[in-house]
Amino acid sequence: MTSTIIFWLIAIIIMGSALMVVLLRNIVHSALFLVVTFVGVSGLYVMLQADFLAAVQLLVYAGAIAILLVFGVMLTVRGDIKYSNLFNRHKFTAGVVSLGLFLLIERIILSSDLLISNKPALESTVGPIADALLTDYVIPFEAAAILLLVAMVGAILLARGEGKPQ
Amino acid sequence: MITLYHYLILGGFLFCIGLYGALAKRSAVAVLMGIELMLNAVNINLLAFNRFLNPGDVTGHVFAIFVIVVAAAEVAVGLALVINIYRDRMTTQLDDFDWLKW
Repeated sequence: MTSTIIFWLIAIIIMGSALMVVLLRNIVHSALFLVVTFVGVSGLYVMLQADFLAAVQLLVYAGAIAILLVFGVMLTVRGDIKYSNLFNRHKFTAGVVSLGLFLLIERIILSSDLLISNKPALESTVGPIADALLTDYVIPFEAAAILLLVAMVGAILLARGEGKPQ
Repeated sequence: MITLYHYLILGGFLFCIGLYGALAKRSAVAVLMGIELMLNAVNINLLAFNRFLNPGDVTGHVFAIFVIVVAAAEVAVGLALVINIYRDRMTTQLDDFDWLKW
């Protein structure tokens, strides 16, 4: 019963703040509501008994990616910040497409027959995740490491620009 | 009682909001925010499937970690591109990025 109430509370926070991210006209406010969405999703991970992923969500999304997006806003926006996040001319087409996709997803989910398992969830997921990453998924793990290195070097090179270093 | 269907529909809703943001926004940074929302929705789906269909395993968790890695790389390179284009064009509005039009 308590978990039901907590789920609906978190769901309302997530849906409301995600709508705010899209609908607000000030891009700084959008970025702040994006942080609220990420924290709400992290609470949902706690409810799904994914303790490690909840911590990673807080650190990487609410910590790093949100700050990176705010940096991007601060380095680029010109003109009136109150109207920095407007819709383009495809507003209504995009709304129809998104709503149609949601109705389609909802129909498919509700009409599918899923085999729910009644086994208890793992007590702690950190150890099993470490085992999986270093045995079955070791090649994707190393590829992800290389991807992060390449992305970091690429981001530095791109953001530094054409000019010669002083 | 909260079932798998609740989580899946919440994930679907979040994905569609993110898609709307990515399609209908004028600013490149706002489009990146929409993409982040979509990736979060996918992670909710992966963890919910892992919790309800195969709770003794961590396959969904590992996939969610890889999604987070790719999201971090994507947003870092995307923002570097936006800043680089801004230096050249003095704008971040996607409608002004029209080099490939003839």
